[in-house]
Amino acid sequence: MTELTDLGIKAIRDGVVGGSFTAVEVAEAFNAAVAAANPALNAFIVTTPDHALDAARRVDAQRSAGETLGAMAGVPIGMKDLFATKGVQTTAASHILEGFVPPYESTVSQKLWDAGAGMLGKLNLDQFAMGSSNETSYFGNVISPWRRADGGNAPLAPGGSSGGSSAAVAARIAAAATGTDTGGSIRQPAAFTGITGIKPTYGRCSRWGVVAFASSLDQAGPMARDVTDCAIMLGAMAGFDPKDATSLDLPVPDWAGALNADLRGVKVGIPREYRMDGMDADVAASWDQGIAWLKDAGAEVIDISLPHTHHALPAYYIIAPAEASSNLARYDGVRYGLRELPEPGSGSGTSGAGLQDMYAATRAAGFGDEVKRRILIGTYVLSAGFYDAYYTQAQKVRALIARDFERAFERCDVILAPTCPTAAFGLGEKSADPLAMYLNDVFAVPASLAGLPAMSVPAGLNREGLPLGLQLIGRAFDEQSVLNAGLAIEQRAGFNAKPETWW
Amino acid sequence: MVSSYRIQGATGEWEVVIGLEVHAQITTQAKLFSGAATAFGAEPNTQVSLVDAAMPGMLPVPNAECIRQAVRTGLAIDAAINRWSRFDRKNYFYADLPQGYQISQLYHPLVGEGSLTIDADEKAGIPADKVIGIERIHVEQDAGKLMHDQHPTMSYVDLNRSGVALMEIVSRPDMRSPAEAGAYVRKLRAILRYVGSCDGNMEEGSMRADVNVSVRRPGEEFGTRTETKNVNSVRFVMQAIEHEARRQVDLIEDGGTVVQETRLFDPGTGTTRAMRSKEDAHDYRYFPDPDLLPLELDEAFIAECRASLPELPDAKRRRYEGELGLSAYNAGVLTAEVETAGWFEELLAASAAKAGKPEAELAKPAANWLLSELFGALNKTGTALADSPVTPAAGAELLALVAKGTISGSIAKQVLEKMLASGDGAEAIVEREGLMQTSDTSAIEAAVDQVLAANADKVAEFKAGKEALFGFFVGQTMKAMQGKGNPQLVNQVLRQKLG
Repeated sequence: MTELTDLGIKAIRDGVVGGSFTAVEVAEAFNAAVAAANPALNAFIVTTPDHALDAARRVDAQRSAGETLGAMAGVPIGMKDLFATKGVQTTAASHILEGFVPPYESTVSQKLWDAGAGMLGKLNLDQFAMGSSNETSYFGNVISPWRRADGGNAPLAPGGSSGGSSAAVAARIAAAATGTDTGGSIRQPAAFTGITGIKPTYGRCSRWGVVAFASSLDQAGPMARDVTDCAIMLGAMAGFDPKDATSLDLPVPDWAGALNADLRGVKVGIPREYRMDGMDADVAASWDQGIAWLKDAGAEVIDISLPHTHHALPAYYIIAPAEASSNLARYDGVRYGLRELPEPGSGSGTSGAGLQDMYAATRAAGFGDEVKRRILIGTYVLSAGFYDAYYTQAQKVRALIARDFERAFERCDVILAPTCPTAAFGLGEKSADPLAMYLNDVFAVPASLAGLPAMSVPAGLNREGLPLGLQLIGRAFDEQSVLNAGLAIEQRAGFNAKPETWW
Repeated sequence: MVSSYRIQGATGEWEVVIGLEVHAQITTQAKLFSGAATAFGAEPNTQVSLVDAAMPGMLPVPNAECIRQAVRTGLAIDAAINRWSRFDRKNYFYADLPQGYQISQLYHPLVGEGSLTIDADEKAGIPADKVIGIERIHVEQDAGKLMHDQHPTMSYVDLNRSGVALMEIVSRPDMRSPAEAGAYVRKLRAILRYVGSCDGNMEEGSMRADVNVSVRRPGEEFGTRTETKNVNSVRFVMQAIEHEARRQVDLIEDGGTVVQETRLFDPGTGTTRAMRSKEDAHDYRYFPDPDLLPLELDEAFIAECRASLPELPDAKRRRYEGELGLSAYNAGVLTAEVETAGWFEELLAASAAKAGKPEAELAKPAANWLLSELFGALNKTGTALADSPVTPAAGAELLALVAKGTISGSIAKQVLEKMLASGDGAEAIVEREGLMQTSDTSAIEAAVDQVLAANADKVAEFKAGKEALFGFFVGQTMKAMQGKGNPQLVNQVLRQKLG
């Protein structure tokens, strides 16, 4: 029999419903796996074995009582530490929120608990979800379970910002995990670790209770073993929330029930601007392979143009920091989280430390370098005299990018592109060069700016033995086409590689 | 019409130019973007939701009632309602501002250009039909409150007000005297209270004004203005303007220049002092709030808002003068406060019903009675109309007795006193004390005969041409009848007997 921890969402739920094993057995297996792996991987900031067990006990009791079980019944998951969890420390991987225990539960996590899932712990991430390698966490790097096939043991980045999520799912220490995607933070780490992750249409999942990075871009989504699991978990996470004014007031389709890998009649667009000079040969080959798979599934493949693609990254790195600079103003040491009070006499005034000194000391100590960098960029681009040149211009670019997609989707139903320009890089390889790091999201950011559903599915391994992901982008509200095309690739890729257990 | 208000400087006359930004708290049960309550005077930090405290991951959701009240207010000042508006963030750090930004509307306010007409006041130099332009009304959040007197070295923060909905009503620089500014605030307050969108309670901070003042030689270009923040009474607004205009004139005449700056008003001294100059001004880094979608209003919503508006003070005043025949003065006093107008209309309707006469016929006596008799009595005890022991229905009972000729006007005064003292109804008092007016001609004739017999000398004088004595006979007859004689019949009988 396979290990319980090898199972994903659907297999666990089916097993619990069918009585092959109990939810408590599953929770115990995953709790043990977390305990064994986390010292090496650092995927979790805190673990919550009791939360997973309590949820499992409820599910087993429900089954004994003959009740219908929820879509996530008995599934132990990891919760990205950007989601507020009642009674459990929520930090956004920052020092400024270290020790903060919310008295409330985010809408998305509550929906998952209501569907029968349990929480193994709070997953590490880039601080305030700002980063692409999980190297900006105050709680240390997450180490990818993957290693290059060259025999070297160089620790690799699990991607970011949802690096704890990707590492935990890939290492089989969580059946699935939540992620959030602002400019690729679900898709890029999924691609780096050989798992599947979908960012739904902006507004599908409530942002209530999710620590904000860039409000107009932030969107939660599932990270799981395969497309079916993503469809099931997304169904449990999504839905209108009157507490989020940007939430979509639309019914949640039965994505899992409607999965269909037969792509006859489906048109797939290949954006020519994504084929960049000097593109990684393995990534290019994987993209070509993806095209062939989709044709094999019956799709018609056409060339499309998204002419403003090369402006997406600069626009993103204006809009996201601008929003972040404002969203993070609330971390001021006044009401919760870190407060640094300089000693009397050290302040700018004569009588001792004042309010401004407290702000400065608290924020200097509480935020990491990348967060400070983005607050500075965001503050700058919103400043009087620069606003029109940067922020207004970036919003125009954003509108043009959205229009690019609208026009493309007049001709095709779904777009295929690589998720990232390369496979996972080593920790420390890019952290000294923010621009090189930002370039990692070059293929992910356009769909974020346009608010479109986009997913990464594993397509194979590169010559170093590291996973590569293919990205599918759909029309707004059309997660189904994205999932269906993803399923077609998944079936043909037969991706079953998993990292060796070295921890 | 041009105001003649001038400041007499050493070098000649100066004109003052005034614009007001009035912050009016929208009267709603809940805050602008959270479900928290808004009652005044609650214990600190008891009306604070997770959103108001800006906890991580909390999101604002617009309160539709606040939007509705702001739209109704806009319609009441004949303003353009913007079908598309948007909330912006105004970013700055302060301990009473949990989010680190205030959600406001800079670029696309809810309400556009409108105006109101201030009430003419010859004595104060306010010409008739003086119109003050209103540039815009936008909706925004209030901040919390710092308390510096609770601890020797620390300040306390009360977030009860944090997130409360405000309308910022921005006038054009159309006012030219402190009196005009005072009249503007009073009129705006009256309109807000008629509409019900703000209780106008300046003492509790429901309404406060930022006062923009500049001076110039009459007819020349605008001078540099200063802004005096958070002035919270009509009197203080006028004081702040007087002081600030004089300060600017003196400064300029002494060879100085006015700098654009923010100033504070000191109610104790009636003066203003500098708070921060333009150079120190915050860069608020306004940008559209990404947590909120643009507000899009449809025609049906605006039509509903319009239909829900009550008759407004100007229209009511015109109706009181035109249809009810009231004097301009009485119409003005009755319509100045929505409560007074409401009380009067209730009184009038009940009086007409009780007396079986049309309202137009009873309006004048009802207005006179309310404004002189009842107000006079209430003033003596310092009682507000809202707390009057005599209700409109009770007043109507009294007025109907007069209208039907059951009692005379002078008896009515006595009855009112007894009503105020005992709380009893007019009819019961009149009945109990036998105060009914008599129209019994034989009783009146008997009284007249008695008076004439007792004053034969005066009768002779009267007949000799001293006609002014007629009033004496009326008075004596009424006295003999304890005031209960029907005055018209008394007159008639006297004329006959003396004729």
